[in-house]
Amino acid sequence: MAISLIAAETNSKGQKMKIIENKIIVKGSTLVKRGFAHMQKHGVIMDVTNVEQAQIAEDAGAVAVMVLDKLPYDVRKAGGIARTASIKSIVEIMDAVSIPIMAKCRIGHLTEAKVLESTGVDMIDESEVLTPADDENHIWKWDFTTPFVNGAKNLGEALRRIEEGASMIRTKGEPGTGNVAEAVNHIKKINKEMRQIKSAYQDNDYQELIKLSREHKVSLELVKEVGKLGKLPVVNFAAGGITTPADASFLMNLGCDGVFVGSGIFKSDDPSERARSIVIATTYFNNIKEVMEAQKLVDEKKSLLGLDTKNLELKMQERGPSF
Amino acid sequence: MKDKIKIGILSIQGDIEENFNACKDALKQLNIEGEVTNVKDYNEILDLDGLIVPGGESTVISTLLSLNQANWKLLKERINEGLSVMGTCAGLILLSKRSYDKRIGETKQKLLEILDITVERNAFGRQHESFETELEIPLIGEKPFKGVFIRGPVIKETGKDVKTLAKYDNEIVAVQQNNIIGTSFHPELTEDSRLHVHFIKTILKNKEPKNIR
Repeated sequence: MAISLIAAETNSKGQKMKIIENKIIVKGSTLVKRGFAHMQKHGVIMDVTNVEQAQIAEDAGAVAVMVLDKLPYDVRKAGGIARTASIKSIVEIMDAVSIPIMAKCRIGHLTEAKVLESTGVDMIDESEVLTPADDENHIWKWDFTTPFVNGAKNLGEALRRIEEGASMIRTKGEPGTGNVAEAVNHIKKINKEMRQIKSAYQDNDYQELIKLSREHKVSLELVKEVGKLGKLPVVNFAAGGITTPADASFLMNLGCDGVFVGSGIFKSDDPSERARSIVIATTYFNNIKEVMEAQKLVDEKKSLLGLDTKNLELKMQERGPSF
Repeated sequence: MKDKIKIGILSIQGDIEENFNACKDALKQLNIEGEVTNVKDYNEILDLDGLIVPGGESTVISTLLSLNQANWKLLKERINEGLSVMGTCAGLILLSKRSYDKRIGETKQKLLEILDITVERNAFGRQHESFETELEIPLIGEKPFKGVFIRGPVIKETGKDVKTLAKYDNEIVAVQQNNIIGTSFHPELTEDSRLHVHFIKTILKNKEPKNIR
């Protein structure tokens, strides 16, 4: 199986068909959307706020850039309401770099997402880093031609986002803290919950699979697919608090397909070196000698000092609809 | 064939596992004993019969590959000496002699410059223009092949040794130059491994006694 097409909505409005010379051309199909995420694998997606940062990211070897108005660390410091980035910044960055451009919209904010789709961003992140706009529902992502990535702190959240049409999952972690611990907790929790499903699937324990699907509040079909594959049916990245090459390697070793780095690079005092070193450590994650060489490129005195996740005023991972 | 073949997947970035599985499938279909391995270290390239440069972001793969100039040269030499290679999408760009981005124009990207073609990157536009369609590839049979184009490139010019394998809407999207195969689309994202089968056949042809170093 090259790519899982489970839970694909058959009447998806985001899927556009046309015929050229008797051949059907399909845009926005589940295969094309999830396929895009597969191309990001083993890569580093970097948060940027302007053209200069986007170019540093591209030169360092970022697989894509995520455009924000403020980096997550600055979102915390500024307080107030965090919204999607200015269209002007997004377009300027599109004209400056050749790698894919992603941008964040507020959870549930359908119009912000539609606007981002019109600007032509390659992927939309429905993100808890911004202030949620709907306490009840996430965006129904099947209505979009552009693929979405969503955050999750456990398997149930990940699978519910996939049912809503997300083409890629990332851990939530605790953004803007420079502390990788929450991302580690989330991926370990997801891995543990997947192992439980896999073992029930292998034992052919139908009763247990039904119980698990109720526990995670998702369809049995999707739970069975996880059991069969032993992993999520879409690409799964780590995000939240990654600051050093060693952080990236650590999360890759826990089974992530790639990493997002938010504040870790451009809130440090050595962004170019740090960006490059995190790219190297992500590719060579299981080669400790390469990771050590990458770690040599950064100076700990220049790392984002960070925040203690225990005493945060704002826990971004807790925001948004609970279902 | 006297011994089993060894295919490496260049494992820097991109859809490495999907190409790995497609090669395994193709070997099984051909009923050939062979090994598929993930390659990150250049020393491992030396004893390969075939190498796949997967889909992904060509700038990333090229940036990381060219960090070590000696190794970059070594890889080029091995391919010039006859190592069979297949590049899908990003891989096609990396193998090409010339490339430019449709929106940005010339980029600083380093290329291996061994496949005599000019590639236009992101030729169909951004991700919301990405698509799947049925392609005719006579070389692998009459049944149409599902072409998955993800921010795909097209081939604008081909040198004299380059054979066109497939076209889409009058643009060239798959080519072969002796031991080198390149596609704009992602055969590894479908269940159809006919192009990977063709690649293995190319390896076998290449392994015939006259080509042994």
